[in-house]
Amino acid sequence: MKKITVGLSTCGISAGGEKVYNALKEEIKHRSLPVELAETGCIGMCYREVLVEVNNGKRFLYGDITPDKINRIIEEHIIKDHPVTEWLVQGPEPLIDDTFFKKQKRIVLRNCGLIDPNSIDEYIKKDGYKAIQKVLKEYTPETVIDNILKSGLRGRGGGGFLTGIKWKFCRQAVGDKKYVICNADEGDPGAFMDRSVLESDPHSVLEGMIICAYAIGAEDAYIYVRAEYPKAIERLKKAIKQAESKGYLGKNIFDSSVNLKIKIKEGAGAFVCGEETALIASIEGRRGIPRFRPPYPANKGLHGKPTNINNVETFANVPWIILNGADAFSSMGTENSKGSKVFALAGKIVRGGLVEVPMGITINEIVHEIGGGIKEDKKFKAIQMGGPSGGCIPASMGDLKIDYQHINKTGSIMGSGGLVVMDETTCMVDVARFFLNFTRNESCGKCTFCRIGTKRMLEILERITEGKGQEGDIEKLLDLGQKIKDNTLCGLGQTAPNPVLTTIKYFREEYETHIRAKKCPAHSCSALITYNIIPEKCTGCTACSRVCPVQAITGEKKKVHIINQLICIKCGKCYDICKFSAVLKD
Amino acid sequence: MKVKSKEDIKNNNFPEFNVALWKYRGEDGALIPLLQSAQNTYGYIPESAINYISKIVKIPPADIYGVITFYSQFRLKPMGKYVIKICNGTACHVNNAKSINQSIQEELGITYDETSEDGMFTYQSVACLGCCSLSPVIMINNETYGRLTPQKVKKILKEYKAKK
Ligand SMILES: Cc1cc2nc3c(=O)[nH]c(=O)nc-3n(C[C@H](O)[C@H](O)[C@H](O)COP(=O)(O)O)c2cc1C
Ligand code: FES
Repeated sequence: MKKITVGLSTCGISAGGEKVYNALKEEIKHRSLPVELAETGCIGMCYREVLVEVNNGKRFLYGDITPDKINRIIEEHIIKDHPVTEWLVQGPEPLIDDTFFKKQKRIVLRNCGLIDPNSIDEYIKKDGYKAIQKVLKEYTPETVIDNILKSGLRGRGGGGFLTGIKWKFCRQAVGDKKYVICNADEGDPGAFMDRSVLESDPHSVLEGMIICAYAIGAEDAYIYVRAEYPKAIERLKKAIKQAESKGYLGKNIFDSSVNLKIKIKEGAGAFVCGEETALIASIEGRRGIPRFRPPYPANKGLHGKPTNINNVETFANVPWIILNGADAFSSMGTENSKGSKVFALAGKIVRGGLVEVPMGITINEIVHEIGGGIKEDKKFKAIQMGGPSGGCIPASMGDLKIDYQHINKTGSIMGSGGLVVMDETTCMVDVARFFLNFTRNESCGKCTFCRIGTKRMLEILERITEGKGQEGDIEKLLDLGQKIKDNTLCGLGQTAPNPVLTTIKYFREEYETHIRAKKCPAHSCSALITYNIIPEKCTGCTACSRVCPVQAITGEKKKVHIINQLICIKCGKCYDICKFSAVLKD
Repeated sequence: MKVKSKEDIKNNNFPEFNVALWKYRGEDGALIPLLQSAQNTYGYIPESAINYISKIVKIPPADIYGVITFYSQFRLKPMGKYVIKICNGTACHVNNAKSINQSIQEELGITYDETSEDGMFTYQSVACLGCCSLSPVIMINNETYGRLTPQKVKKILKEYKAKK
């Protein structure tokens, strides 16, 4: 029997996935076709959503599907067995889009977009819950930890701490009760790896958590999910219920003496709650304010008990490592960074989506080969990694290998996997201002330098983008940035200046042009742009004067128009509407 | 989201709220789930709910107020029937979320953290909805809309307005 599968994670749904699904359902019912209709998560090709797969023993993946395309697929592919080749993005025959997958190495995303996340049986068919059975039968907690240590897995939540060591500390810590926490707060703007994994393959995370609980000796676990991810929460809840009813969670897991209860805690919208001590405070029902470490959560965590916190992606790696062996994992990557890393590709890139690549791949390979280059053939300018804690790496360093060591050297950080691509129209000062605005808002207010320092830096950046920058502003930013780094308690403050420091390091002239020439080279800072009409090109069609919200444009029909600079609010509407490129943006 | 009518709120007529609350009684760290439950029931956290929760968890109202104001999710004022969240995350920022914001403000006549006069729409800004590859993105209640243009967003809002 043929099977049709629709990608229904948040990205698929927001591109119209549910409409496509319902249209298919109607059509199948209406024609009484012997076809199975199913849903799946995210395969990563967000740039081609809505994705629909037809499977008749071979896989055919269609992209950019809308309800009105359904009929043709049904008529030609389902009924007559002729695939609609021009809509295919992946199939038995090689296609252009296959370069998207060629350099990927999918461990964490092994099942994403291939199985139905609502079905535990489909996960089991893909060797799901085999790792935990192997562990319970063959491994002591210590051998589990040795295996994770040997694999070289480092925490994927941003810090990059060796997971095996963390587990070992927590195993050794003394306590009558221990906890496992999965950090699914994913607060970095521009990052959606964890959401996709939770929505597409929730059981892999649960299995990783069970293995961790066995290794450290915990019987209670929490998943802290941010409130902006309703779909992920829904699928996790379902997954936990399914696992419980099969006896994979709860008391005597797989008839062993191991017990584990996993609960979901919804975040309430505070970026700083991604920091582990703040997260613990939040689970305890308090304001999410970080505290001084040590003691680390491994010794004194939730309710004062030893607690192991890992990121979603970290946990999703664990079952694979157990089943395939630590050596298989550590054979991938570079000397100090093993395995693969998931990146959320977004921004000015042709193929935005979710990719998983071996550590050590270069920036250019990701941007140009996997990502298909920059949208609208514009010029590649920089990538931003690590969100508000990270920084911008210029295109000139495109051959840089992506691993912890190399990325840290640039002044950016690996971060959790957000990778936003920027082109020539992105202003680097504005990007720095954007992030400082974010950290200023999200600072919990505990440390003076974080609370007031970020505000002062933001004020300086704001005046630079408004054309009021002064000589010495760059030096002030550098000085203040260093002081904030040195005088704050948690990662939020310590890394907050990174976006500013890296953009000054690599794009200093852009700052100087803003300050001295009062110009924005990327034509992005609206206060520094002027719009003028080129008389030779203006046909007097009046489109601009009609669209101008403040009547700043005057001129008779079929005569050259003029913009009154005193009235102009620089909204850019005339520039966008002019069909003759007669409006000059400078 | 089930929002009570103005009369219900005035008369303190909160049947569902009580049921939801009792479920959590005695649990560790119950405060935040309780507040979330109150907010899910009314669309915001009324003062009477704070006092009520205070008795259950034995935390003074002032401290509860401190928790409420710390988290951006919680509201102390009634929210509209539809809560519109515009993403101002990195990817959306570089893909011109500004123009989407402009269109929403033009269409609804409200700015961030305001509710329209008819009580239909509340408008908020958030940092990243996790759909960055479809940026710019907005979310209306639990529905996400991606690959927006100023025209598209106006059309979507008009549809919601027609729903009433
Ligand atoms: C301000 C701040 C925000 C953070 N946000 C997250 C987050 O959203 N998700 C995450 O997994 N880790 C986040 N972290 C890192 C956590 O503190 C912690 O190191 C991580 O969850 C440990 O898991 P790992 O070892 O598997 O990476 C954040 C840290 C800081 C300082
Ligand atoms: S930046 Fe807007 S959805 Fe992530």
